[in-house]
Amino acid sequence: MKQSFLTTSLVLMLLLGTQGFATTADHTKFEILQQEFKSGPEVTKACLSCHTEASMQIHATKHWTWDVTSHQDQNLGKRHVINNFCIGTQGNEPRCTSCHTGFGWKDDTFDFTSEERVDCLVCHDKTGTYKKFPTKAGDPVLKDTKFKTKMFKGVDLAYVAQNVGETSRETCGACHFYGGGGDGVKHGDLDGSLLKPTRQLDVHMGVDGENFSCSQCHSTDEHSISGSRYDPLAIDHHGIDLPAPDLTSSTCESCHGLSPHVNIPKYNDHVDKVACQTCHIPFMAVERPTKMWWDWSKAGKFDENGKHLKLKDERGFVTYMTAKGEFVWEQNIKPEYKWFNGNNKFVLPGDPIDDSKVVVINPYEGSYDDTEARIWPVKVHRGKQIYDSKNKTFVVPKLFGKKGSGAYWKDFDWDKAIRTNAEEFNFEYSGEFGFVETEMNWALNHMVQPKEQAVTCNECHSRDGRLAGLAGFYLPGRDSWSWLDILGKLMILGSIFGVLVHGSIRFVAGRRRDS
Amino acid sequence: MKQVMLYSVFNRFWHWMQAILIIILAITGMEVHGNFNIFGFEDAVAIHNFSAWSLLILIAFAIFWHITTGQWRQYIPTSKMLTEMLEYYLIGIFRNAPHPTKKSELSKLNPLQRLTYLFIKILALPVQIVTGALYYYYNNLVAADSAFANLEWIAVVHTISSYSLIMFIIIHVYLTTTGHTLTSNIKAMITGWEEIDE
Repeated sequence: MKQSFLTTSLVLMLLLGTQGFATTADHTKFEILQQEFKSGPEVTKACLSCHTEASMQIHATKHWTWDVTSHQDQNLGKRHVINNFCIGTQGNEPRCTSCHTGFGWKDDTFDFTSEERVDCLVCHDKTGTYKKFPTKAGDPVLKDTKFKTKMFKGVDLAYVAQNVGETSRETCGACHFYGGGGDGVKHGDLDGSLLKPTRQLDVHMGVDGENFSCSQCHSTDEHSISGSRYDPLAIDHHGIDLPAPDLTSSTCESCHGLSPHVNIPKYNDHVDKVACQTCHIPFMAVERPTKMWWDWSKAGKFDENGKHLKLKDERGFVTYMTAKGEFVWEQNIKPEYKWFNGNNKFVLPGDPIDDSKVVVINPYEGSYDDTEARIWPVKVHRGKQIYDSKNKTFVVPKLFGKKGSGAYWKDFDWDKAIRTNAEEFNFEYSGEFGFVETEMNWALNHMVQPKEQAVTCNECHSRDGRLAGLAGFYLPGRDSWSWLDILGKLMILGSIFGVLVHGSIRFVAGRRRDS
Repeated sequence: MKQVMLYSVFNRFWHWMQAILIIILAITGMEVHGNFNIFGFEDAVAIHNFSAWSLLILIAFAIFWHITTGQWRQYIPTSKMLTEMLEYYLIGIFRNAPHPTKKSELSKLNPLQRLTYLFIKILALPVQIVTGALYYYYNNLVAADSAFANLEWIAVVHTISSYSLIMFIIIHVYLTTTGHTLTSNIKAMITGWEEIDE
């Protein structure tokens, strides 16, 4: 195994070695890029004149379709699923699609077959100056434009187009670090601290360590990127994927193999039941807080002057917003642990829910007896969100839009926000709504810390350790039979008591004889 | 009274090594069981395993010694004087009655000792060794689809057996004080020499 890890490392070094070296194409010299581009699609057209297949490849990926048929035959992807952050994309496209790898998806009429509407720059920008404007359906602004208090500088499309290259932490992170509406909101293991992390925070990406980019693990084939939350691989039976990546996975085992612990082989006895992440991601949201609670039912309160309320905690993180409700943030906290076999069937809008208890939006399937399941560290995001309280189904409210459009963020009328979307997207709405408590599972994969920081044996092998909540198996140090321990105490204390009594009688009897 | 070399060098070495190892195993074992936290789970497991292997090697030498010296005969159980021994510990000892049996080179153990030590040798220790091995190599059991692949039962049997060994040690240590003097038995197990009635 040591051998194979060495081989892997060598291959990786070779791959890494090509990074940062001059390529055979200097994009500043391409005439077609030396023009004054007036829009994103114009740039893409120029790109396509050489990279003829690029858009077609993108069209096949979930970055473009937001539509994934999972291995459990569910229609997932951002177009279909709901979460307990900003609920769903339907009716909110111009805001949500600022993270779509395309231009102009503002409503249902978007042309998914358009090649020039693919946004090449958002992933391939090397200048750091390309930004999609938050509310323009994926378009950048060409003139300086203000969003709330933040100024978005006008993008010089020609400059960016002439300085393209491989994807980077910055380009991937522009969306994936800020999902849910801000830095670190959604994942707990992905946030802006990974732009320039220390090795201490992330042993793979640390700038003072391996200095990996995202694509080092998330290898690509025809623009399709490995790794998926809809089709996760909870246990990798295959192991090392290099030097011939199988492109289906971006697991730890892809590089580290199936029995990675060389010095302490006992650790390898755990890998069939415990995901690598469980021990090697001891804490989440290490440097920046992540959102743990989002209560939409509290939204819609204004101050005495009718102005929007905005409250912050002592760290300066927003705990209340009129438009969004109440939040709780937490930093550097232990994950929760769950059995997970890779199946997480989503509760989709329209699916029946039981509102008498907390609804888990993507329940993780798995148990000790399931050979495909392992214990995974999970960020569980909890909150209260809107639902149709008569039909007992989730609904996607319209949040974003102009005043009078029915958008909650402008009109503050939940009924109208649901009704508007129900009419446009043709879903059933009884006219009665409420707020139901929900949970959502986000398995942790990133911010793998150096092995010295790994969770120690004690933290699980103890009475009230990290795995106290998992049932269905015997965990040494945690579990015991209560009668067995009572019996043991009786045996030990009983024999101590017995010999003390025996000894005392001997002592007293001896004293009597002597006197 | 005469001085007799009752316990040979190896006999004593074996006895004390076994005592130390079993005490270490008991402490680290209870830690692995979750009763307390002294070394930390990982180190407790490491010490427990090292001690277990050491004890196994020691036992291998001891078996060789028992066979080659014929000392195994010391453990042949007998009912002769058994009730007298029990009566002695329950009544006679308080009245300064004489010890019902006499030690000799041929019979170092009283009938109660014979039974107890035999029980430890053929039951308690083998159960610990077998369940300990099954415990540690549990993954291999699962891989082999073995009917014994039930960690909970393995652990329970291992634990019960260990409690009985701890109980033995407590009573055993106490009974060493019942010789000619309080410490004469322990001295004999250290020096090998014991005073025996002629």
